[in-house]
Amino acid sequence: MAEATQRRAAAARPLSPHLQIYSPKINMVMSIVHRITGAALYVGTLLLAWWLIAAATGPAYYAFVSQIMGHPIGLAILAGYTWALIHHALGGVRHFVWDLGYGFNLFTVDAMCWLSLLASLVGTAGIWYLVLGARGII
Amino acid sequence: MQTMRTPLKNVRRLGSAKEGADHFWKQRVSAVALLVLGTVVVALIVSLVGADHATAKRTLANPLVSLVLMLLIGAGVIHMRLGMQVIIEDYIRGEGSKIVLLMLNTFFAIAVGVACTLAVLKLSFGA
Repeated sequence: MAEATQRRAAAARPLSPHLQIYSPKINMVMSIVHRITGAALYVGTLLLAWWLIAAATGPAYYAFVSQIMGHPIGLAILAGYTWALIHHALGGVRHFVWDLGYGFNLFTVDAMCWLSLLASLVGTAGIWYLVLGARGII
Repeated sequence: MQTMRTPLKNVRRLGSAKEGADHFWKQRVSAVALLVLGTVVVALIVSLVGADHATAKRTLANPLVSLVLMLLIGAGVIHMRLGMQVIIEDYIRGEGSKIVLLMLNTFFAIAVGVACTLAVLKLSFGA
């Protein structure tokens, strides 16, 4: 059994090419980023849970958590969270269009990718304009 | 060409995993729900930036807000569990570690869901 495994490993068969062999195209980059933002949002749920638990715990703990989230590092993480959320949501909308059978020609694919990337950045900027305005920073 | 293909080429009934399009469909249904609920909750959170505890508590204890939050949490943990399941199945090669990680994925999703729901309920009904 062990011998068989070794023989199999020794027979260096060609592997199918993976990511590093291709020059990046917007649709593949957006697909990869969609998965990465999804994984990030998975962890980010803990921030929503933390905030709700803080609100349910009491004024002192809520103030403590607000202070941490209001620290520049906290704000940066929350801004990243916002962008990941919008990017992933717009990626989802793009996938709905494809699920319905539309938008498969190359121009439309690329245009939808670039547009959703742009919209995710504009949306994040818009939300943070409101957030920083409410905090009196801008 | 078409006539050369055997019926074995086609997926029959629910396929080899015995669940058909269940995963795919649940992912889409939760995604549609999250588009709506997520938009509302982001607006809610932005409206509470810089608010003190009393304001935040009063807003979150509003029945409509609690309802939307609990729906978001429910759709969110279903969606994120399905998504992470795919990532684990794609990248983890050992059968044992795959099963362990899939279980942890389920536990994490349920724990986060229950913790958030408990917090919302406490905000609604607690002192």
